[in-house]
Amino acid sequence: MDSGFGQTLLLTFQLAAVTTVLLLFIGVPLAFLLSRTQSRFKPILEALISMPLVLPPTVLGFYLLLAFSPRSALGNWLVETANIRLVFSFAGLVIGSLIYSLPFMVQPIQSGFESLPKHLREASYSLGKSVWQTLLRVELPNIKPAVLTGIVLAFAHTVGEFGVILMIGGNIPGETRVASIAIYDEVEALNYGMANQYALVLVLFAFTILALVYTINRRMLRTA
Amino acid sequence: MIQTSLRKALHAATGPMTLDIQLDILTGEFLAITGASGSGKTTLLRLLAGLEKPEEGRILVDDTVWLDSARGIQLPIQERKVGLVFQEYALFPNMTVRENLEYGLGKGQSKVIIDELIGITELEQLLDRYPAKLSGGQQQRVALARALVRRPKLLLLDEPLSALDNRMRERLQNYILQVHQAFSLTTLLVSHDHREIFKLADRVISLRQGKISQPDLPETVRYANVSDGTFRLSGEVLQLEEAGSGFSVSVLIGTNVLRVPATMEDLRRLQPGDRVEVLVDAQHAMLIKA
Repeated sequence: MDSGFGQTLLLTFQLAAVTTVLLLFIGVPLAFLLSRTQSRFKPILEALISMPLVLPPTVLGFYLLLAFSPRSALGNWLVETANIRLVFSFAGLVIGSLIYSLPFMVQPIQSGFESLPKHLREASYSLGKSVWQTLLRVELPNIKPAVLTGIVLAFAHTVGEFGVILMIGGNIPGETRVASIAIYDEVEALNYGMANQYALVLVLFAFTILALVYTINRRMLRTA
Repeated sequence: MIQTSLRKALHAATGPMTLDIQLDILTGEFLAITGASGSGKTTLLRLLAGLEKPEEGRILVDDTVWLDSARGIQLPIQERKVGLVFQEYALFPNMTVRENLEYGLGKGQSKVIIDELIGITELEQLLDRYPAKLSGGQQQRVALARALVRRPKLLLLDEPLSALDNRMRERLQNYILQVHQAFSLTTLLVSHDHREIFKLADRVISLRQGKISQPDLPETVRYANVSDGTFRLSGEVLQLEEAGSGFSVSVLIGTNVLRVPATMEDLRRLQPGDRVEVLVDAQHAMLIKA
């Protein structure tokens, strides 16, 4: 029982960590492009990215389940060519989490980029620096609080994910059984003590990490 | 010599208009650009810098083509070697004054230029401070120095001093004049301040609705009258000042500034911005090809 508890929590945070790192590499370029583009397709892209905010997670989970299933074209192709099964697997959870938490990474960083005066990058370009150098040395360092907010929200949100995982992950210990699922499972089994242990950890985690973000952001604002 | 010919459709607050400018700027010249807001001054600077694209145009700097829409040539801003100073300073908040300056260094460029600029703009005491801890005037001094790190040929100043108070403004004007001379720059200054223009510029052009407005040319021609040996030139008063034992009034005629001796009486009834006529007594008028 005890090892199950540790294993479940470890898996929960592993999923969140992997998802967050991948999201950072997806989210920063995406936010950068969205903040810069004049394209008329921008609203459509923004709507797509933000959909997980308003859709019931079960809807997303349902379609991912259909897509990942070995009976679908995509799922079949993945199994045939690379022997990857995304349904009821950790890899599948990561992909689901990437989509589900994407807006939490992209939105703060995008508004960070948009709040930077354009004169900063224009000054940098006029000093002979490329778009890439300007991004790394001027723009990103000046929106650190926004990037941090994106990282923390994406991580915390992945930890708290339930509906998507229930649909595509199931409840396999050590593979797809994360804390939120475990709570549901323990309550179903009338095992309230165990459910309470998981729930308490998540409550403390959420509070600590949010308090940390607000503290760091305040300090950054003061020194800026 | 910088030769430009630019055309671009703009959407000003007053409605759509077309920027259409032919302008030659001499090497080493200090040219001021004035005009109402929305007349296209900033756009002209941004077109020269390469921050905006014209629909049609050419920019020739000495023998280098910066822009030629007919041949599809468009040098990016990074390759144009312009120094840019904005009204908003635009210092990088994450870097100290020294880091802001060093950021401008090209690959392998010697740091000597930085020390030279620090000396001219008197930044020695401020090097380790972050921009947030500087006054507006100090920030603009850093921005001016930073714009010169790459040794640009062309310095573009977009209302650099309009956010500063008068005292600070005069100090900054001196720095601008110093670097203009010390680095043999060609400088373009957008400004609304007649005194500032008079103090700094060799020549001034005025933009109106995206075009260089001709200063009352028909009127000037009508009044210019050589037969009785007198020119009548109409212009605008820029500045009144003491000159030795008497007084003088500086009058902007076309793009030239004429300093005219004046009496105490003149000073009392004139103020900057007044329209005046200058009568010039000339027995012999001669033409010299420029």
